[in-house]
Amino acid sequence: MRGANDTLASMATSQAVVRPANRFFRRVREGNEIAYTITVICAASILLVTVLLVFQLWNNSGIARHKFGWSFIGSQTWDPVNEDFGALPLAFGTLVSSALALLIAVPSGLMAAIFLAELAPPKASDVLTFLIELLAAVPSVIYGLLGIFLLVPILKDHVVPVLKSTLGWLPIFSGPFYGYSMLAAGLVLAIMIIPFIVSVSREVLLAVPVEQREAALGLGATRWEATWQIVIPYASRGIYGSIFLALARALGETMAVTMVIGNNPKIAMSLLAPGYSIAAVIANEFSEASSAMHAASLTELGLVLFAITVIINGAARLMMLTTAEHAK
Amino acid sequence: MTNTLSFRRRAVNNVMLSLTAVFTVLVVGSLFVILGYLAYNGWHFLNWDFFTKLPTPVGEPGGGMANAIVGSAKMLLVATMIGVPFGFLGGVYLSEFGGEHGLFPFLVRYTTDLLNGVPSIVIGIFAWTVLVRPRHHYSAWAGGIALGIMMVPIALRSTEEFLQGVPNSMREGAMALGASKAWTIFTVVIPAAMKGIISGMMLDLARVAGETAPLLFTALSSRYWSKGWDEPTASLPVMIFNYAVSPYDDWHQQAWAAGFVLLALVLLVNIIARGVLSRATYK
Amino acid sequence: MNEVDGTAVRMVQDPTQTIPAEATKPEMKVQLRTEGVNFYYGKYQALHGIDLDVYRHKITALIGPSGCGKSTFLRTLNRICETISHTRVEGKILLDGEDVMELDVTSLRRRVGMVFQRPNPFPKSIFDNVAYGARINGLHRQKRIRDIVEESLVRAALFEEVKDKLQQSALALSGGQQQRLCIARALAVNPEVLLLDEPCSALDPIATAKIEELLFVLKDTCTMVMVTHNMQQAARTAEYTGFFLLGRLIEFDKTDTIFRNPSKKETEDYITGRFG
Repeated sequence: MRGANDTLASMATSQAVVRPANRFFRRVREGNEIAYTITVICAASILLVTVLLVFQLWNNSGIARHKFGWSFIGSQTWDPVNEDFGALPLAFGTLVSSALALLIAVPSGLMAAIFLAELAPPKASDVLTFLIELLAAVPSVIYGLLGIFLLVPILKDHVVPVLKSTLGWLPIFSGPFYGYSMLAAGLVLAIMIIPFIVSVSREVLLAVPVEQREAALGLGATRWEATWQIVIPYASRGIYGSIFLALARALGETMAVTMVIGNNPKIAMSLLAPGYSIAAVIANEFSEASSAMHAASLTELGLVLFAITVIINGAARLMMLTTAEHAK
Repeated sequence: MTNTLSFRRRAVNNVMLSLTAVFTVLVVGSLFVILGYLAYNGWHFLNWDFFTKLPTPVGEPGGGMANAIVGSAKMLLVATMIGVPFGFLGGVYLSEFGGEHGLFPFLVRYTTDLLNGVPSIVIGIFAWTVLVRPRHHYSAWAGGIALGIMMVPIALRSTEEFLQGVPNSMREGAMALGASKAWTIFTVVIPAAMKGIISGMMLDLARVAGETAPLLFTALSSRYWSKGWDEPTASLPVMIFNYAVSPYDDWHQQAWAAGFVLLALVLLVNIIARGVLSRATYK
Repeated sequence: MNEVDGTAVRMVQDPTQTIPAEATKPEMKVQLRTEGVNFYYGKYQALHGIDLDVYRHKITALIGPSGCGKSTFLRTLNRICETISHTRVEGKILLDGEDVMELDVTSLRRRVGMVFQRPNPFPKSIFDNVAYGARINGLHRQKRIRDIVEESLVRAALFEEVKDKLQQSALALSGGQQQRLCIARALAVNPEVLLLDEPCSALDPIATAKIEELLFVLKDTCTMVMVTHNMQQAARTAEYTGFFLLGRLIEFDKTDTIFRNPSKKETEDYITGRFG
C-alpha cells in the first residue's frame, strides 16, 4: 500500500523536514480529504433537494394560497372551469379511502403476522413472508389494472348486490353503484398496504422475549390468550408504528386509486359513490392544468399532502424508536 | 378457580388460531391471484409486435409498445446515473465519516427519510417546476431525474446499513497496516459490503421502474419514437395507465401484455436481488 | 392415590413392593411421580428413563452440572417443553395419580406453576401482573381479585414493600423484587406444585437469601421442585435432592444423605467438586 510505504519511509528519516508542498501532496494521495469532500457533497445534496422541494411547493402554490387562504382547506368546491378550488372533497377522499384500507388491512395483516410469528414453523414462515413481501414490490399501476378489470367487475356483479340486499339500509351503502367508487379504492389500497403491516408486525412479534410468552402459558393461559393478552401488548408500539407507515403509504398512493375511485370531486356519505383523492386529482389534472391558478391550486394540494405524510411518517418513526427502547 | 379449561376459552382459542391461518392464506393467495390473472391475460395478448412495433393510431388494432420499452430503459438509465452515485456516496459518508452523532449526519438521515416518505406524485410536481416549466417542454431526462431523486433515499440508507454491517475489526486491521482511511474504505469495507449494496440498488431500481406518477408530467408520453433525451417519451407504466383507462378493448389487451412484462421484470429483479442478499449475510 | 411409607428412593411398578428406607417416618404423599421419562430434542435424547417422586409439601432440589438435563426435566412436568418444536416425551408423568398427558394442558399449568430463571414480569402494573392468572381463569369479581393479589403478595413476602404502589409498573422493581413478584403471580392461581428453574441465579446474594427464606415458609402450603446449580442452596433449602448427570437421574434421596453419604461415586465426585 502506497500510504504504508510513505509513512515508513518518512519515519525512517530521523530528522525529516517535510516541506509544506510534500505534505499536501501526500495527503491528496492518501485521499482522505477527497473522499470526505465528495461524500459530504453527495450527502448534502439530499438536504439541498429536500429544501428546494419544499421551497418550490410553497412558492408555486403562492397565488392559490393568497387567493383562498385557509378557506382552501374547508371549501367543498373543486371547479377548474370557474377557478374555484377547495381541498375538502379531495382530502375527504384521501382520508376515507385510507381509513377504509386500514380498517380492512390492519386486522387481516395482524392476524397473518400472528400466524407467521407464533404458529407457523420457521421455514414456512420465512417462505410465506418472502411471498407477502413480493406483494409490496408490485407497482401501483398494476394494482390499478387489476382493480379496473378484476376487482370492479367482481364488486359490481357479486359483492355489492349481496351487500345492498343485506346492509343496503345503511347510509354508507346507499345509492347507485357504478363500479368506480370509494369502496373499490379502499379495497385496492388495503391489499397494497397489507404487506407492510404483516412484515413489520411479524418482526416486532418475533422480537418479544420468549420468557413473556412462557410466563403466560405457565400460568395456564391458552395459546391465543398468551398471544393476544401478553405478546401483542408487549409489541404494541411497533405494531402502531407499522400502521402509521402503512397509512402514510396509503395517503400518497396515486395510480391505483386514480384508476378505480371514479374521479368525482364530491363528498358523499356512501362508499358506493365515486370520489376523488388529492393524489388522484393531481395525476389527472396537472399536465392539462387550464390556468396558472389551476396549477397553483394543484401544487397547494401537493403541499398539503406533503405535510400530512411528513407528520404521519414522523409519528411512525417515533413509535418504532420507543419500541426499541422499551424492548431493551 | 376451575380445574378444567372452560368450553368458551377453548372455543375462542381454536377459532382465533384458525382465523390467523385463514387470513394468511388470503393474503398469500391474493399474490397468486394477481400473478395468475396477469400471467393469463398478459401472456394471451403478448406477441412479437408488442416488443417491436410502435403504437398504431387510435382505433386501429395492432401495434406494440416498442417505444415505451426503450423509453423506460432510457429513463431508468438516467435514474441510475443519479440515484446510484448520490445514494452510494452519501451512504458512505454517513457510515464512514458522519457517525452516529452530530447535527449534519442527523439532518442527512432525517431528510433522507423525509424524502423517502414523500408521495411520488409530489416528486413529480417538484421535477416539473424545476425541469419542465422553465424550458416549456417535457423530456426524457426530466423523467429520469425525477426517478433518480426517488432512488437516492433508499440507495443511501441501504448502503449505509450494509457498510455499518462490516465489522470494525476489518477497518482496524487495514489501518494497522498503514492504510489511510479512504484507502481502507474503498479497498476493504466497500468490497465486503458489496453484495448487500448491489442487491439494495437492484431492489431500488425495480421499485422505481414501476413508478408512474413522477413521469406523468415530466416525460409525459408519446406514440412515437423519441429522439435523444429531450423529447416527451413513452414509458411502460404510463402506457399501461393510459391504455387501461381508455375505452378501447384493443388497448386493454395491450395494457395486460405490458403489465405482464413490467411485473415479470420487477419480480424477477426482486427475487434475484433477495437471492444475492441472502448470500451476502453469510460473510 | 399413591401413598408412600417412608422415604422411598425408587418405586417399582407395583406399589405393594415398596422398600421403606426408614419405616418410622411420618406418612408422606407423592404428589408428582415420573416413570421412565425419556425426552428427545429431535433425534437427540436428552433424558433417559427418569423415575422420580416429588413429595407433597416438601422442596425437592435437582442438581447437576450444566447441560445435565435438570431444566429439561423440570419443563416436562408442566409440559411447557411442548412450546419448542420437534420435541418428544416418553414415559409417564403422574400428578396425584393422573397422567398429565391426558389432562388438558392449560388446566395442568394452573395446577403446576412455574417461576423462571430470569424474572419475567409482564410490562403491566404490579397488581395486574399478579391478577393476570386469576383473571384468565375466570375470576372477575373485583373484591375477590384484590384479596387474591394481596394474599399472593403476602405469601411471596413482597406485600409490605409494594402495598402502596400496586399500580406502579412492575418493571420499576429491583431484580429480587421482580422475582418475588413472579412467585406471587404464580401463587395467585393457587397451584398444587411450584416449579422453580434456577430462580436465584440472576439475583444478588441478599435477594437470594430473601427468596430462600420465603420458599422455606411456602413449602407448607405448596410443593416445590427447584432446579439449582448451587449445591449449597440445595443443601440449605431442600428436603430431597436429585442428582442429574448427562440426562440420567443418578441418585435421589434425602438431601442430608446425598450430601453426607451419597451412594453413587458420580454423586460424590460432583458434591466434592471434582467436576461440574
